[in-house]
Amino acid sequence: MAIFALKRLGVAILVALTVSLITFSMVYISGDPAITIAGEGARIEDIENIRRFYGFDRPIFVQYLEWLWNAIHGDLGRSFSLRVPVADVIFERLPTTMLLGACAITFGLTLAIPLGVLAAVKPNSIFDRAALTLAVVGQAMPTFWFGLTLILVFGVMLRWLPITGQDSWWNFVMPAVALGYNVAPAVMRLTRAGMLEVLASDYIRTARAKGLRPMTVLFKHALRNAVIPVVALAAVQFGFMLGGSIVIETIFQINGLGYLAWESIQRKDLPMMQAIVLILSIIYVVITFLADMLNAFLDPRIRVT
Amino acid sequence: MSDRILSVEGLEVSLPVPTGTLNAVQGVSFHVERGETVCIVGESGCGKSLTALAIMDLLPKRARRTARELTLLGEPIIGVSESAMSDLRGNRMAMIFQEPMTSLNPAYTIGNQLEEALLRHRKVSRAQARERAVHLLERVGITAAGQRLRQYPHQLSGGLRQRVMIAMALMTGPDLIIADEPTTALDVTIQAQILHLLAELQREFHMGLVLITHDLGVVARIATRVVVMYAGQVVETGTAAEVFGAPRHPYTRGLLDCIPIPGKTKRGERLGTIPGMVPSLVGHMQGCHFAGRCNYVVDACREAPISLTATPGGAHQVRCIRADELIGERATAREDVA
Repeated sequence: MAIFALKRLGVAILVALTVSLITFSMVYISGDPAITIAGEGARIEDIENIRRFYGFDRPIFVQYLEWLWNAIHGDLGRSFSLRVPVADVIFERLPTTMLLGACAITFGLTLAIPLGVLAAVKPNSIFDRAALTLAVVGQAMPTFWFGLTLILVFGVMLRWLPITGQDSWWNFVMPAVALGYNVAPAVMRLTRAGMLEVLASDYIRTARAKGLRPMTVLFKHALRNAVIPVVALAAVQFGFMLGGSIVIETIFQINGLGYLAWESIQRKDLPMMQAIVLILSIIYVVITFLADMLNAFLDPRIRVT
Repeated sequence: MSDRILSVEGLEVSLPVPTGTLNAVQGVSFHVERGETVCIVGESGCGKSLTALAIMDLLPKRARRTARELTLLGEPIIGVSESAMSDLRGNRMAMIFQEPMTSLNPAYTIGNQLEEALLRHRKVSRAQARERAVHLLERVGITAAGQRLRQYPHQLSGGLRQRVMIAMALMTGPDLIIADEPTTALDVTIQAQILHLLAELQREFHMGLVLITHDLGVVARIATRVVVMYAGQVVETGTAAEVFGAPRHPYTRGLLDCIPIPGKTKRGERLGTIPGMVPSLVGHMQGCHFAGRCNYVVDACREAPISLTATPGGAHQVRCIRADELIGERATAREDVA
């Protein structure tokens, strides 16, 4: 188990480094950063000064190593537009996005996994068909459209929920639903397929032959095996959700990383965008690592590979 | 107290298939007394496994099961609630399956899976369950049993896993064990060991054992009684001595001719084969099921259903209208056709 964890950790670090390299290059791919900062029509001397001030004149790998070194120590550079350390802004906004993400994935999984289990227990029943229809509809709806629909129905027409802001838990209901429902269809269908396969397996017959109660057979023996691929999928979906939070936070005016990203794109605030992409990527890498660990815990056969 | 452990009368199992109804088990009857080993033999697809699953009430959901009588220790086990059935399964009757490689849950340790069998049915502590598990693993010939408990199925060989399955079946000290071809998936060298172990345990625990197998050599040695099945029906049943010593159904004789007998079968001599295929069991079949492959078939065989008739003064029963006149005839077409 320890060896497996170390191997996975090694891979995770490698991925994080690659991501950092790509994020760093972003600044250069999007054009000369000095010109971007100076603005169009700036004088050559000013651009030169800016280039020297930010150190853009040095060899690129030196810049990268310096940036990486600083990033590891929590210094992600200064925002072009806000004139404050990027890290301060990011760590102020990060908890909001993490909270939203946690609410959304919790909503998505608590909706999808029980539905998937129930659909598999009674395959081709009316319930199964209804769940499948729901999944198709869910998968077809774009996040932003669903978010706006929620606002229209529950915010404007029914006035049950606040539309924007983040003053109370109620503010998080609609964004979390809008972000999390997207995860549900795929997870539900994978849970259903996994459960169907596992329920037909020999060891489930053994469990029943032992006289175990249906709930023990279903949850102890079947679900644990069926949920293994779901864990990996949920981690990937969480990654998509982080991207989706840019849209959702903008729609619901939530001051998280997503909203910050949207603002930074508008202001062409490169260090900020760079840092946001880096942080989101690292969160994704960490989540994937945790998912691997959870799977190794669930399936002892994974631990030896 | 009666020593009859299992009584099966007129068991029928049918499955819906795209082309109609598959009548997989058609009126199977037999019984098991305490301390007896009843062997069910027959070709693949003759309904042996479904008979076993029907007794355990583990048939696939779409299968239909009926019986005139189906009792365990005198209590009916058909038409009772699922929860009453699950109280008996793994408790008074246990089953050992054909596929040891896939019959254990890959996610849990051997110990966990052994202990839960006992914890479900008895008020014992986990430590007591563990003790029983170690004891039984040692009994079925697994060394370092204490360490094995912490291992996962994928860390064990097929033979070891089948021993674990046997130990698991014994956890509650059941009255009846049904073993469905427990050695088919194992190496030949291990097959004999496992079957001997089962026979030994059956005597030691004084249980009833239903052994479903292809291995007629083993049947001859350990069976108290033999049930020969063909195409969903019992075609012949009796004590091992009766069935092996004086087989009366052409199919039984055909089966026995398929195995070489040391000292009797000459080197180079051709072994018997039963030509043809098992008939489809979809829909209803007129007359004798074996008629299509039998050398002694006459028109009467195909006309009406043949019933299982007892020979005078014995429990030896045969489903063949020509059984009496065929005594002394050769079984298969070993010389006639070849």
